[in-house]
Amino acid sequence: MGTINISKKYTAKQKSYLPAILIGMKITLKRFIQGFFFRQHDTIMYPEQRRKYSDRFRGMHFISVDPNKTENCTACYLCETVCPAECIHIVADEREEELNPYGVKKEKKPVSFDIDALRCCFCGFCEEACPKDAIKLSGNYELAVSSREEAIYDLDHLKRNMNGRQEKL
Amino acid sequence: MENQLIFDLTMMVAKILVIIACTLGLAPFIVWFERRGAAWMQRRVGPNRVGPFGLLQSLADVMKFAFKETFIPKNANKFYYFMAPILALIAPMCALAVIPFGSKIIVNGQEVVLQVAQMDTGVIFVLAFAGLEVYPIILAGWASRNKYSVLGALRGSSQIVSYEISMGLALLSMLIVYGSFNPHDMVSWQNGTLFGFLPRWGALVNPFGALVFWIATFAETNRLPFDLPEGESELVAGYHVEYGGMRFASFFMAEYVAMIMASALLVTMFFGGYNMFPGMGILVEVIGNKMSFGEIGLQNTKAFFEFASFFVKVSFFMFVMVWIRWTLPRFRFDQLMDLGWKILFPLSLINLVLVTIGVYYFNS
Repeated sequence: MGTINISKKYTAKQKSYLPAILIGMKITLKRFIQGFFFRQHDTIMYPEQRRKYSDRFRGMHFISVDPNKTENCTACYLCETVCPAECIHIVADEREEELNPYGVKKEKKPVSFDIDALRCCFCGFCEEACPKDAIKLSGNYELAVSSREEAIYDLDHLKRNMNGRQEKL
Repeated sequence: MENQLIFDLTMMVAKILVIIACTLGLAPFIVWFERRGAAWMQRRVGPNRVGPFGLLQSLADVMKFAFKETFIPKNANKFYYFMAPILALIAPMCALAVIPFGSKIIVNGQEVVLQVAQMDTGVIFVLAFAGLEVYPIILAGWASRNKYSVLGALRGSSQIVSYEISMGLALLSMLIVYGSFNPHDMVSWQNGTLFGFLPRWGALVNPFGALVFWIATFAETNRLPFDLPEGESELVAGYHVEYGGMRFASFFMAEYVAMIMASALLVTMFFGGYNMFPGMGILVEVIGNKMSFGEIGLQNTKAFFEFASFFVKVSFFMFVMVWIRWTLPRFRFDQLMDLGWKILFPLSLINLVLVTIGVYYFNS
């Protein structure tokens, strides 16, 4: 037992500190020249250039629609139940049969389908739970809004024309 | 008689305007360069949206500051709170008055010395105003009644005390070499060559004094690695944490004016002042002979080149300040005290003794 002394003796060169400063200054000068003369930088000039995120990136929600622009959602409440942030609020109703081209396939419809994006944690559980592949998360990461009301996505917003993450454009 | 008075006044105002244009006018550009240079050193781009190459970014920032609300913290001492940023800007500007930025020009057959105030005690004047630079820090820290500001002010005052001594000793060693307090005499002493090829700059005569003084200027202007009064990561923003809007902008501007002042003093004392770079004298003569200027024109051309060399030298030391900032991390407070009191102070004292002996030996 006993303490181990890990402190080491510095040489006079290390103690004077100046050679180390010069080495550091050499590195920063190299970077400066690279940036100033050769325009080397790792910055993505954002509004003009956009970062390509991976296909698994989960962004703004949407609800997939069939060719008649009818939402695939059957208001089964699975997503609302599984949602850990409790940000999905669905009001269900019966679907009129004449508006439903697939007969008995979609008996229910959501009257309103609100997602509170301010509460959402983008875990993707709703997407996994959905039996109809209706609710999906897109690759869109530009979620900024100018008011809190706009951050609550309603059915009209969610039914916008979107491509899923795995589907290519 | 009256014409003479008007001539003197015009020349004085012109010189003051040159000083103001080169400090306050260039400060936004230096801020821009600092931000761009920092970005380049970190493989970033920096501000490049406002104006060509982002040059107008600082102006946009100043506009934003100008339209901000004047906020006075509760319990602040209003008088000192408002006085601090003004003092911060005035002190380094005044110190620049005795820095010569050229030998002389000939206007209307009269010699005009390119220095705002021709004082025999110029260096004392500079030191007085350089010492005044710490007062706004203490005043701002104390008057805004905030614990972070007070800590910043305490750090600022103790840092300046530990650095002014070695800075003063380094200056003293140079005063012994030059044998004068007048900046003009100092610069003309440095005109010449050492061993026939090196310029006779103070830094080559007394390299250790130059190094100590250089290190001390970083502490004097509160720049990294000695920016303890600000210390963003520890003290939020240090002494100016309670300042906003134009008052913050004047602190910010004052930092850059102080940088210019410190670099100008360093150049005057140690790097030949307005003396031209080796080889430029020949260039001036070639130009003079080509254009057949005569004596007056030759002197004015020479003054222009001297001003240009002074400008280039000061710019270089400003660049080094930015360069060092992104190379070194901030010193811990006890490390700074150790460096100031245990290393620089004794070494500069020894250096002073050696320089004194050397000067005595060479002069006799």
